[in-house]
Amino acid sequence: MFENLRQLTRYRALIQSLVSRELKARYRGSVLGFFWSFINPLLLLLVYTFVFAYVMPPPKDIDNYALFLFCGILPWTWFSASLLESSSVLITGGNLIKKVMFPAEILPIVTVLSNLVHFLLGLPILVAFLIYFDAPIEPAELPWFPVALLVQLLLTLGFALILSALTVHFRDLKDILGNVMTLWFFATPIIYPWFNAPPSIQRYLSLNPFTHLAITYQQILFFPADTIAAGGPPGHWKWLLALGVGSMALFLFGYFLFDRLRDSFAEEV
Amino acid sequence: MPNAIELTNVTKIYRKYARRKQFATLKSALLSGSLIHDLQPEETFPALQGVSFNVPAGGTYAVIGRNGSGKSTALKLVAGITKPTTGTVKVEGRISALIELGAGFHPEISGRENVFINGIMLGLTKREVTQRFDEIVEFAELQQFIDAPVKTYSSGMYMRLGFAVAIHVDPDVLLVDEVLAVGDEGFTHKCLDKFGEFKRRGKTILLVTHSLNLVERFCDEALWLDHGKVRGSGDPKRVVGAYLTDVGKSEEKELARLEAKSEQRAESQEPAVQSPESKVQGLEPSGSVVEDMTRIDEGRWGSREMEITAVTFKTANGEASHIFQSGDPMSIHLSVRAHQAITDFVFGIGIYSAEGVNCYGTNTHLEDLMSVEARGEGEVTFNIESLDLVEGTYKVDVAVHKRDGYPYDYHRLLHTFRVKSRSKEVGIYRPRHAWTFSPSITLKRGE
Repeated sequence: MFENLRQLTRYRALIQSLVSRELKARYRGSVLGFFWSFINPLLLLLVYTFVFAYVMPPPKDIDNYALFLFCGILPWTWFSASLLESSSVLITGGNLIKKVMFPAEILPIVTVLSNLVHFLLGLPILVAFLIYFDAPIEPAELPWFPVALLVQLLLTLGFALILSALTVHFRDLKDILGNVMTLWFFATPIIYPWFNAPPSIQRYLSLNPFTHLAITYQQILFFPADTIAAGGPPGHWKWLLALGVGSMALFLFGYFLFDRLRDSFAEEV
Repeated sequence: MPNAIELTNVTKIYRKYARRKQFATLKSALLSGSLIHDLQPEETFPALQGVSFNVPAGGTYAVIGRNGSGKSTALKLVAGITKPTTGTVKVEGRISALIELGAGFHPEISGRENVFINGIMLGLTKREVTQRFDEIVEFAELQQFIDAPVKTYSSGMYMRLGFAVAIHVDPDVLLVDEVLAVGDEGFTHKCLDKFGEFKRRGKTILLVTHSLNLVERFCDEALWLDHGKVRGSGDPKRVVGAYLTDVGKSEEKELARLEAKSEQRAESQEPAVQSPESKVQGLEPSGSVVEDMTRIDEGRWGSREMEITAVTFKTANGEASHIFQSGDPMSIHLSVRAHQAITDFVFGIGIYSAEGVNCYGTNTHLEDLMSVEARGEGEVTFNIESLDLVEGTYKVDVAVHKRDGYPYDYHRLLHTFRVKSRSKEVGIYRPRHAWTFSPSITLKRGE
């Protein structure tokens, strides 16, 4: 397994060119092309802003609800799109697995990475909003941003490897996953702040790994550093680091599972 | 010489899952709580059983066999795409597998970008692809279209580009699975030249193909797989010969089975076949009766006062067969039974090509043989001195009817035989012939 993992570094160039192909191909033929990477999150943001500004009352205690939403939705989109796409990536890429000597784990990895690029492309919009609304960003908190990014990358890769490998054998997963992701979205403090959830629920929310990522992003980008209310579970950095360790374990487990099932892919897809 | 490819006692077992299981997998897996346990197969299918062969470095090796004999599985094992269930596969050097051309192409992006990605996928570095790019495009003959998205390519262009990339990977071992049928004639020749060049440069080629000519001409050694087992290996001419004999035998069996089936079907449909009969009878001139019948699909009808109980094709030495060499003698035997003494009867034979073209038709009446009497069991033999037909499958009508066309027993396209020929002429009729040339024109016999 570790041997294969090491081999993976040899395929850097391939991963790189596949990610860029993925990005090029996605918007090829559309008028706005690559700008969709910016426009998509913007439109999503508008929808939520509309709903919570006009249809339902926005949660109290939050001034710039749109900005708050954006801080959570952007990373969530990366996460959920990666999972949904990777669940079918081995089947759609079946041709490669069956006909070319090809390390299959590249496919889910490319999916996660190309969604990461979309996420990064959405960041300038977020920054523009942050500047426009004059958000209280504490420079001392900023170094945590890449840490959160890395943790999320590991977590997403772990899930992507597990899902892609299992979906080959259990096609039903793909259909279930769509609903699971919706539930997961609402079980994460993205459209509501953590402190608005009743304490009895909070306990369960903290079992959700993405809760800690969302809180971290919101803490870094949205809430002033001294807002105790925003901190969720006190001392949130510890939670993030624990999640980092957990994500590493998940990634290794995912890779292990993928490696175990690898030989069956060429026959089953 | 060291071996480039070594397969030792390789067995590959594919798993088959029962249908019920497929629908219930996730639930049952979750309930039983063990994913791995549930991945156990219910049924297995051995694609290869104890196959061993070695290909010396620099050799050109062919694998032949019928569809489903395990050829492609063997190739995939050598390519490392799948792993053997038991046994070992050893390959020395860089492999390029021409298994499915352009497998990694993305339709939305240009040929240029696809060449790069495909090249990297096959193990080249970006710089190596850049160096060979012009050569690849030139080989694929796609200079004009290289910047168009691949989805606009014709299938030939797509294949050519795939082939061009794969062949420029510069492998030590080249695996080819039935891909020579991709381009037009010119491109095929170019591919063969490229293979020849590989051979000269001492590269190893493993070829899976149905093109037996190519095997005989091009390969040093051949392996014949049948149902996942090695049936023969060694000198290509010998292996191909043995394979062809075997194919002939099983074709014979298949034809016999088909014929039995169509006879049976005609038999069981009999009550419903009143309509063609009445249609046939309703037509006044007997000439048009025959014409009309040629439009009717296979079947059997007639009053059965006189019956054709069996039809066999026989070779010169009297053996029943369905396969004949062009130019050989053949005889058609009819076993007939008259249930009462009959005085008005005509025996007829018609031979049709697979496309339904009437190649020949005759009957005893046309040949001025006047019926006198038939009673009880009897035999009718139609002797053909020389079966001068080109290669193909032919269907036969046999009939016994009254002079006015009233059918006693009509077998419409129920019987089939096949003509084989070493040469591949076209048409239907193959006259006995020979070429002669004046001394100023010389030709020599090809390979």
